[in-house]
Amino acid sequence: MMSELNLTAALPEVFLAAAGMILLMLGVFRGNKGTRLVLSLTVACFALAFIIVSVSMGRSEVALGGLFIADAFGDFMKLLVLAGSAVTLIMAMRYIEREDMARFEYPVLVLFATLGMLLMISANDMLALYLGLELQSLSLYVVAAFRRDHLRSSEAGLKYFVLGALSSGMLLYGMSMIYGFAGTTSFAGLAAQFSAGQPASLGLIVGIVFLSAGLAFKISAVPFHMWTPDVYEGAPTPVTAFFATAPKVAAMALIVRVMVGPFGELVEQWQQIIWFVSVASMILGALAAISQTNIKRLMAYSSIGHVGYALIGLAAGTQEGVNGILLYLTIYIVMNLGTFACILCMRQKEVMVERIEDLKGLSKTNPPMALALAIFMFSMAGIPPLVGFFGKFYIFLAAIEAELYVLAVIGVLTSVIGAFYYVRIIKLMYFDDPIEAFDRPIGREMSAILVATSLTIVLLSVGIAYLLDGTAMAAASLFPG
Amino acid sequence: MDQLIVLLPLLGAIIAGFFGRLIGDRGAMYVSSGLLLISMVLSCIVFYDVAFAHNARVTEVFTWIDSGSFEVSWALKVDTLTAVMLIVVTGVSSMVHVYSIGYMSHDPYKPRFFAYLSLFTFFMLMLVTADNFVQMFFGWEGVGLASYLLIGFWYERPSACAAAIKAFLVNRVGDIGFALGICGAFVLFGTAGFDQVFASVPGMADAQFEAFGISGHALTIICILLFIGAMGKSAQLGLHTWLPDAMEGPTPVSALIHAATMVTAGVFMVARLSPMFEYAPTALELVTYVGALTAFFAASVGLTQNDIKRVIAYSTCSQLGYMFFALGVSAYSAGIFHLMTHAFFKALLFLGAGSVIHAMSDEQDMRKMGGIYKMIPGTYLLMWIGTIALLGVGIPGVFGFAGFYSKDIVVEAAYASHSTHGTFAFVMGVVAAFMTAFYSCRLMFMTFHGTPRASKEVMSHVHESPQVMLVPLYVLAFGAVFAGLAAYEYFVGQHMEEFWGEALKVLPENNSVEAAHHVPLWVKLSPLVAGLGGIGLAYVFYIASPALPAKTAKALRPLYLFSLNKWYFDELYDRVFVRPARVLGFGLWKGGDGAVIDRLGPDGIAATTQNASRRTSLLQSGYVYHYAFAMLIGVFVLVTWYFLSQLG
Repeated sequence: MMSELNLTAALPEVFLAAAGMILLMLGVFRGNKGTRLVLSLTVACFALAFIIVSVSMGRSEVALGGLFIADAFGDFMKLLVLAGSAVTLIMAMRYIEREDMARFEYPVLVLFATLGMLLMISANDMLALYLGLELQSLSLYVVAAFRRDHLRSSEAGLKYFVLGALSSGMLLYGMSMIYGFAGTTSFAGLAAQFSAGQPASLGLIVGIVFLSAGLAFKISAVPFHMWTPDVYEGAPTPVTAFFATAPKVAAMALIVRVMVGPFGELVEQWQQIIWFVSVASMILGALAAISQTNIKRLMAYSSIGHVGYALIGLAAGTQEGVNGILLYLTIYIVMNLGTFACILCMRQKEVMVERIEDLKGLSKTNPPMALALAIFMFSMAGIPPLVGFFGKFYIFLAAIEAELYVLAVIGVLTSVIGAFYYVRIIKLMYFDDPIEAFDRPIGREMSAILVATSLTIVLLSVGIAYLLDGTAMAAASLFPG
Repeated sequence: MDQLIVLLPLLGAIIAGFFGRLIGDRGAMYVSSGLLLISMVLSCIVFYDVAFAHNARVTEVFTWIDSGSFEVSWALKVDTLTAVMLIVVTGVSSMVHVYSIGYMSHDPYKPRFFAYLSLFTFFMLMLVTADNFVQMFFGWEGVGLASYLLIGFWYERPSACAAAIKAFLVNRVGDIGFALGICGAFVLFGTAGFDQVFASVPGMADAQFEAFGISGHALTIICILLFIGAMGKSAQLGLHTWLPDAMEGPTPVSALIHAATMVTAGVFMVARLSPMFEYAPTALELVTYVGALTAFFAASVGLTQNDIKRVIAYSTCSQLGYMFFALGVSAYSAGIFHLMTHAFFKALLFLGAGSVIHAMSDEQDMRKMGGIYKMIPGTYLLMWIGTIALLGVGIPGVFGFAGFYSKDIVVEAAYASHSTHGTFAFVMGVVAAFMTAFYSCRLMFMTFHGTPRASKEVMSHVHESPQVMLVPLYVLAFGAVFAGLAAYEYFVGQHMEEFWGEALKVLPENNSVEAAHHVPLWVKLSPLVAGLGGIGLAYVFYIASPALPAKTAKALRPLYLFSLNKWYFDELYDRVFVRPARVLGFGLWKGGDGAVIDRLGPDGIAATTQNASRRTSLLQSGYVYHYAFAMLIGVFVLVTWYFLSQLG
């Protein structure tokens, strides 16, 4: 079993890897004129991979000699990642042409990053984890600095790279300690050891601390979040949208799998780390966002806060908690895609604007967009009956059931503070006088994304039960027996 | 039909209020006036049906509240008492509607005005047709609202807004009493329906309320509380201060609400609840004293006022006092009789005064009028009819104006009750009749006779009002002349028993109206003589020797000032209630709410959050090594935490 290759289990990854090579070749031969073609084909590849994953949903197989696992949890996360990558690529299409960064490498890099994410999600061994993570990260470093003639963009890429390298170092150090104390890098092997009742040595716990610090960097949890606002602000907006969605989901999936899988028996130990990181993220995300004037920075802090909420589910360490995380991430990704679509429409006289003030009076100059953004903001703030409320609700419910009362109370308090800056955007749009209208038209694909995401939010608010079926199945696959 | 009478004004209000723009000013005026005229015609039919064909009834419309043992329906109770009120309300209201078409012709907000007028009429009809306490309270509060809206109709004037708020607040004091009384009745009887309550009153005649170790006669407490409500609405001594100020509203409003109908709601309420008051003699005594004092007090203030509408307002207040002391001596029918005749002649006087004001280019001060009787003969004549009706002039046994019959029976009943409070009321009533005659004639002489004191420009504009304003006056004048004679036998005379049916209840030993027919002749003549004396004195003061008033005022300066300043009630209330309340409110606002709750609560938390927010953003320095340092610190803290927790 261990020696089997079983490539069919990794069919989506294999397909994307092969497609990536072919698209790269295509790009090389067609040059930058073929960017649109390559981009469209990449989206098509994502769509195809999406279909493959959803068709094979429900399986549970191990492949590549035990390094790779395909289960319902992973498949659910992969669907989110693929959807996020595809939509952000579509959003980027016009932007990269307009802003003079239409090079065919962009979609290909996004494709390789996505491939890395899929591998992360399916990692069943420390080394597989690391390989997937690095494939993703290296692609992201390049994408962040994609406008290399642009100071902010290259600064963002460089910062991300330096700090990412540091976090990778911590990650590797943690892994080596774990290997040194446990004697194996396989998740299954580690889980078997701890379930046998072997107490965790202090060295191993230090290893786990380092490992989780490295992973926390990827999900931008406090105190490993410092790169986030700068990179979000500096990177080109479609890249920011991409950063805020797919990689977040993938990294969150990874941290859940690592914590619940091999170290599931040590929940008492790592719960404290997650608790601390979660509280710090929620508080910082809520407080720091209030004084932001740039909407991309605001979204950075918003995402830090959201990660904090999602981590509550992990701190609970239960199946309900993981279920809450899956639900939360699904809602989060839809809200974020919609919000970034709005941000990408913030153009005045052919120039992108990013100040929150620029949204003033949007309800008068562009009522549909204002309505969509209002839906996203209300949902992010967690105001019922919109679906964002249910996301928080199930997370807090899991925390209460796991008797993490303090965590739940802090979560509720910070979401009150957080509501301030979300609702302020609505106030600006609906109660202030417009200064200058945004350029129109915003493009057909943008309109479609806005309609689709806001409709999804509204429909999910009504049909939350259907989503809960899916997440429950995915969460159950992580907790055998 | 009963439902139609009540709902047509509401329909008019809705049409004029919400669709006024659609159908235009004219449409709004004609529709609401037309609907009220229909309502008035229907009222006449109902009146005949109920009072003469004896078809008193209760029409249930639908169940309103059904909560546990508490059930209240919308039901229209129509007996003779209600039928009389229906005639009075729809009659005066329809006349006022028609009059307003002319009076408000220069106002830009006609639909709003007519909507309010019709809305008021609806609430007033709701009040008089109520068959339970809750519905009566609904109408009661509704007329209060309409009164507020109409007093403040010209909301650009600060004085009108102040008067509206004052009326509302003073009425609130009374309404608390009324609401408590209703609650008390519900506690005692377990129901809010009039018929059920009245049926069980005799059985509860000796019931006691106990609270905090003090016990009291339950019916007396309830009746006094209810009477406090009536005092507020009917501007009785103590809670009267809002009525003169309410003259800030347009004059037709004063005629309709503050003379003929709403202010008599208290009288109606006590008469309606006569089966309860009859078993609460102490409450009745209180009613008599308050009524008699009000009659005297308001008349004495009326002597010196200079604003034509305020004189009539105090006159109204005084006449309401008469009605109340009639109720207090169990002469309910006499009280309602006076209510009815008063509605005619007081509405006539107000509308006549409105006509004068209209003619004098909106001047209300009588000191700037005079010598205009030849220019507006129609109004002049009508005003005299109203005045004579108010004074109660007539030849006993032959003919008299409306007030002659009603005021006399009230005064006689007070005498005939042969009790201390009755005698007190009798004396006060006769003295007030003297003063009434004086100030009424003073008003007429100052306004119409003597040398013109207005500017030439105003005098050149003096003109008779259009027919649309005069015709309603003719109708009311007809009532002021003949209503007393026509209704006397039915209301308080031989046919009294069958006319009223079950509507009013008087215990046999309290039947003062019957006894009033057998009082000595000097008692019968005393109000008339007092009235004639007052007329004569006014003639001497204002026609024969115009210098005399000033000299008298000088000689009796303290008394004059006391009267002119309305017994200093407003100043007293200002000192005792208004200012301390303001100080307390200001202190709680600034000190309690602002300094403590806001500063420590919302503002404080918000400021702390913002402060924290600014600090956290400062962490974001932009330097990579700071960021890396933060990460390392994080790992360091976590590792240390585990080391310490594992070791310790």
